[in-house]
Amino acid sequence: MPNTSSSKKHCQDQPQLSGPIPKSHMAKSEENKKNSGKKLKDVEISVPIVYGNIAFWLGKKASEYQSHKWTIYVRGASNEDLGVIIKRVVFQLHSSFNNPMRVVDAPPFELSEAGWGEFEIAITLYFHSDVCDKPLNLYHHLKLYPEDENSSMSTKKPVVVELYDEIVFPDPSEAFLARVLNHPAVHLPRLPAGLTLPPPIPVEDASKRRKGDTKDNPLSQWFLNFSEADELLQLAAARQQVQAHISKLKRQISLIEGQHKQLKSSSDQ
Amino acid sequence: MDAKDILGLHKTSFPSSIEKKSRPPKESQRKPDGISREVYALTGGMPPLMPSIDASQLKKKHNEKVTWQWLPFTNSARKDDLHLYHWVRIVNGVLPTGDYSFAKYNKSVDIIKYTDEEYEKYLTDPMWTKEETNELFDLCERFDLRFVVIADRFSSSRTVEELKDRYYSVLRAIVLARAASSGDVATHPVIKEPYNVSQEIERKRALSMVLSQTRQHEKRDEEVLIEAKRIAELRMASKVAEQSQLVVATNADAEVTERAVPGESLSPSNVQHPPMAVPSPITDNASTLASLRMLRVYLRTYALEQMVQVSNSTAGVRTIKRVEQTLQDLGVNLKPRVPTKAVCAEHLELRREILTWLNLQKQVQYKEAEGSSYRDGTYGETPDTPKDRTFIPDSLNFGVSGERVGKKDQKRKGHGAQPTAAHKRPRKQKASDL
Repeated sequence: MPNTSSSKKHCQDQPQLSGPIPKSHMAKSEENKKNSGKKLKDVEISVPIVYGNIAFWLGKKASEYQSHKWTIYVRGASNEDLGVIIKRVVFQLHSSFNNPMRVVDAPPFELSEAGWGEFEIAITLYFHSDVCDKPLNLYHHLKLYPEDENSSMSTKKPVVVELYDEIVFPDPSEAFLARVLNHPAVHLPRLPAGLTLPPPIPVEDASKRRKGDTKDNPLSQWFLNFSEADELLQLAAARQQVQAHISKLKRQISLIEGQHKQLKSSSDQ
Repeated sequence: MDAKDILGLHKTSFPSSIEKKSRPPKESQRKPDGISREVYALTGGMPPLMPSIDASQLKKKHNEKVTWQWLPFTNSARKDDLHLYHWVRIVNGVLPTGDYSFAKYNKSVDIIKYTDEEYEKYLTDPMWTKEETNELFDLCERFDLRFVVIADRFSSSRTVEELKDRYYSVLRAIVLARAASSGDVATHPVIKEPYNVSQEIERKRALSMVLSQTRQHEKRDEEVLIEAKRIAELRMASKVAEQSQLVVATNADAEVTERAVPGESLSPSNVQHPPMAVPSPITDNASTLASLRMLRVYLRTYALEQMVQVSNSTAGVRTIKRVEQTLQDLGVNLKPRVPTKAVCAEHLELRREILTWLNLQKQVQYKEAEGSSYRDGTYGETPDTPKDRTFIPDSLNFGVSGERVGKKDQKRKGHGAQPTAAHKRPRKQKASDL
């Protein structure tokens, strides 16, 4: 059924779930074949990403102004190469840093620095021209110190904060779609039948590109796992409970209304 | 003798400042020159911001011979011929010239004077007699168009707006009649912007409404305005789109905005009941979705936030807190840790279901309260059954009326024992009673 759309694709290497089909207000029926212009309606492209920071305490080598070495980054949720969508990323650091506006032109989109303070970093994602001409902003509060104040800081174990999110392109262009059709970093819904796309045009010289995925990144051992399965289960269980309460109350109400009717008819002359 | 000495407080209140500039003022604070310490203390114990006398003048050499004489004077501002006396400063035997120095402050308004013929020709009015009009103008002259005073002094009871209306209409008629051509006086304020009685009455009424608004209404109006602003912003986002998409979005938004705007204009005049019809949730969802599409790129968490806001917009603050508490109790993250499309959809549905559940809980409470009133025989005395309490299947709409009914009932604690009685009685026995 066309409506199942992207829920299946979002499994991220998990077995397919047979939870309730979300009454999705997003990607509507893909039977719409109106492909006016270069944009496709009702086809939504989403790119799952993870962004955050990893911070190592420098221990003996720490100085007053450089107590930690940290890296802020944006990576694909399954460590795929985001360069297919993102052209460059700009990290806006605290003004006390030299050249606080740091531009990263190629994946992996990460930035390492040394410092002592925690502050908010504005991350701006610039996409390739056929993807989207508008940049997207993310904000991340750099965390250096462990949550638990009592735990001793170690130089071996870093503080890791990662957040999962998805970049959504509600009306992608055909060119974009063609280019990313089978790319692992991108999640596509089921495409309308009989859709013909123009041949993909690569945005950059493939030979120039260095390895953009983060699967073998030196920091990858600290990356967290984000699986929607747990959350879906949790939500399904919660919904069941609530639905049970609702049915119970509805029964109670109709019971009371019945009683009222009796009372009223007896009180009326 | 100093009060601060008696109290044992430290004398100087200034902290010793770093700059050297503060030293001289500090000195003069302790030891004022020229006047005794007690007199200086009367001025507040601190040097004034502006010297009343130029201190340098005191040190200059005085070459002129100054004497003072007790002399009579007249005031050109007076109509009578009163002669009073005052001290006059004579410099080198020369008297000061000129009128009494305060005469120039006697300003008054020039009120026109019309002749009887002019009255007959231009100024007759069924609502006003000639005597009344004359009296009005006389008072205007006396009190410099201070209409509040004039209204007070006026013999028959007329409102300020009526008096103003009469005065300005007469003025207008005279100005037009006396003008050589209508073009000459086109820039005269009375001609350019004539006095509009009904508008003035309305404006003053609205002002008094706003002034007497209770804090609750203020808060509600703010909420409405925030909602309208958000809708307008969403509308802005959608305006950037292509044609076909624009049609869909603005249709939805126009509907919502139309409902919001009359709500705003109604609320000042409709203090008693919350005025605006809540826009249907479906429409709001559609407009949010449309505006998200207009963004061309957005984050899933942002989209979820917007949708949550939409579903929260029809519920009060307390209800929202209860929803969040329920989520926590169920062991669900308030913000999903892995916000995929499916997770977000589930999360939203869960929130909606919780809202439904809470509304049903409230409904049960009311039904039970009603039931007790039937039994008490106080059914006839129930405070007005709120008209908006029809059971609408759409849970979110019910959330509104349920919420508001709750608030109304809480206010009417005095009316009959009905709501309080319901709370006192143990509810569990209900079914077995019958």
